[in-house]
Amino acid sequence: MKKISLSSILSQLLLLFFVIVWIIPTFGLFISSLRDKDLLAISGWWTALTTTEINEIYRMSGMESQIEEDGYFKIKGTLFEENSGKKIESFGINSKKINEFKIGDIAIFKDESEVILDENGNYEWRSKSEFQKKKGKRLFTTSLSPPSFTFENYREVLFKEGIGRAFINTMAVALPSTLIPLIICSFFAYSLTWMRFYGRDTLLAIIIASLVVPLQMSLIPILTIYNDFGALFGVAAKSYPGVWMAHTGFGLASTTFLLRNFLKSLPNEMMEAAKVDGASHYDIFLRIIIPLSIPAFASIFILQFLWCWNDLLVGLVFLDQVPSEIILTAKLKELLGSRGENWEILTTGAFVSMTVPLFIFFALQRYFIRGLVAGSVKG
Amino acid sequence: MTILNLLFIVFLGILFFVSYFHISNLALDAYGGKSVRRYNFENSIRVIIFIAPAFIVLFIFILYPVFETVRLSFYDKFGREFVGLYNYKWAIGDPEFRRSILNNLVWLLVVPTLSTFFGLVIANLADRIWWGSIAKSIIFMPMAISFVGAGVIWKFIYEYRGPDNTQIGLLNAIIVSLGYEPQAWLTIPIWNNFFLMAIMIWIQTGLALVIFSAALRSIPKEMLEAARIDGASELKIFFSIIIPYLEQTILVIWTLITIIVLRIFDIIFAMTNGEWQTGVLANLMYDWMFRGGGDSGRGSVLAIVIMIGVIPILAWNLYKHRQEQKI
Repeated sequence: MKKISLSSILSQLLLLFFVIVWIIPTFGLFISSLRDKDLLAISGWWTALTTTEINEIYRMSGMESQIEEDGYFKIKGTLFEENSGKKIESFGINSKKINEFKIGDIAIFKDESEVILDENGNYEWRSKSEFQKKKGKRLFTTSLSPPSFTFENYREVLFKEGIGRAFINTMAVALPSTLIPLIICSFFAYSLTWMRFYGRDTLLAIIIASLVVPLQMSLIPILTIYNDFGALFGVAAKSYPGVWMAHTGFGLASTTFLLRNFLKSLPNEMMEAAKVDGASHYDIFLRIIIPLSIPAFASIFILQFLWCWNDLLVGLVFLDQVPSEIILTAKLKELLGSRGENWEILTTGAFVSMTVPLFIFFALQRYFIRGLVAGSVKG
Repeated sequence: MTILNLLFIVFLGILFFVSYFHISNLALDAYGGKSVRRYNFENSIRVIIFIAPAFIVLFIFILYPVFETVRLSFYDKFGREFVGLYNYKWAIGDPEFRRSILNNLVWLLVVPTLSTFFGLVIANLADRIWWGSIAKSIIFMPMAISFVGAGVIWKFIYEYRGPDNTQIGLLNAIIVSLGYEPQAWLTIPIWNNFFLMAIMIWIQTGLALVIFSAALRSIPKEMLEAARIDGASELKIFFSIIIPYLEQTILVIWTLITIIVLRIFDIIFAMTNGEWQTGVLANLMYDWMFRGGGDSGRGSVLAIVIMIGVIPILAWNLYKHRQEQKI
């Protein structure tokens, strides 16, 4: 008995370890996308989860805001933005001694002006003589910052960086690129399963072979066809319909294969009975096959949709990299190059690109897994 | 193109295919069925209506390109003049090509093996624990996101700041807290390949996991119970019963991931763009499609090398298909 419980604890721990390793990367990205961009650049995302000590430099206001009071010239103000929640621990007036003073201490500058500071960042800077400088002096603060999150990065990324438009473009690529193969392949799979014609077995073998052909084999010839086509008719060679058809082509074999496997499992008697009643193949297809295939359609739809949504190569080769056509993955790659240091933009952009797949994943996981298990083999 | 226009052409595109099938079939329904001759004619036309769009797409996007790519590999960069084996000779002599093919081989060795192994171990663990299905969901989740998205996630983990700065990348933060020097992981040749492979393993383990989970249910419970009563340890059961029982599934998953890894492009393109000796064939090919105005000859050779990698799998699939047809 004891041995069993020990091994059970060990396996729980091992599984927990795997789960933690697997979730942490995505979790870190998500947390980072919600952090203030300045904090993100100077501290690890894990520090955002607890109250942390941060060192900052602020500058007090200059001579314009001084007032005369009780025989002193005073400048009053606050260092922090409203509701920042930060609490000052200690401060300094010299970059070499940033922790010199506690709250309540009076710090005296070389010019004999004095400053007092409360823990919320409100300061009073006073001097016997009038302030002469436009810029105020610097204060070095060490404060405790509670966890704080913001949607500012999302606003910035969606509307300023063009991720919002890329999101719409990706939808415009992925939706037809999923529906078109689903439509034409369901007819194709039906005829491969329930119709008799010359060359059917050969066609089936071609589908099986095409399953594993890497799409790299098609890129150069198809790009050439598109360019020739564009030149011939004087239209842009790279366009949405072009991408849809490319995705349709690359997804055709796997969609047909999965659908055929499903259709094969339907009882033959049902089709025969319908035929005896005088139904044409199209009637059978509309009235019997489609209603029965909804779960299979759902699985295949999800697989193909995620494939198109997450694709980079096809979108890169068959679309122009301009704002009205660029897809999310290509945009992200572009940002990785141009804004490689701006992690607030990268993490938020990546998370935006993941929203749709994650939604599908959590809402429709059952169908997703069913599709994958049915044999997701894709060139 | 405005968003409204975009919506319109999306709608039009889908409508086109729906109406093609609907109108042509209804027309045929109206015509046929009244006599035996008409009935037979109707059926053969119907077959054509049903398969034509898919066949045309299959022909244009898969069949023709395969032969065209083979042809182009023997032609010059514009695809005009026959140059014999020149492009192949170039590839063999090219250090970038040799580096890429070596990297590809290491990827093929490491990623499918480790993904399959982790998938199997996790499926087995999760099967026996009450919160196993939540664990499976979490480990499976990376399957849903794009390679580029995963690239950003992991680039953030590998992020490097100079030794005097606070490390915001998780890996370097851990290394520094253990007292070591921070490293720019992605720029250390040879090793950086493994940091890239880790991303792929992180993604593909989920695929292996769900398929194994389904397969594990097919193992008879009595057999496992009997082994436990006889005093076999869980490790012994894993190696002596579960692995032999799932041999076929292991093979299937291994090939599946091999096919995916063989044409791996996005991760490397997004993370290093093939620099610091991380290039693979698909990246090199993409490069040659556009480098210096594009070289269709060299690009085609690279595509064919990738294709050669899948030919054994292709042959095996066809063989299995034959066997099934016979039954």
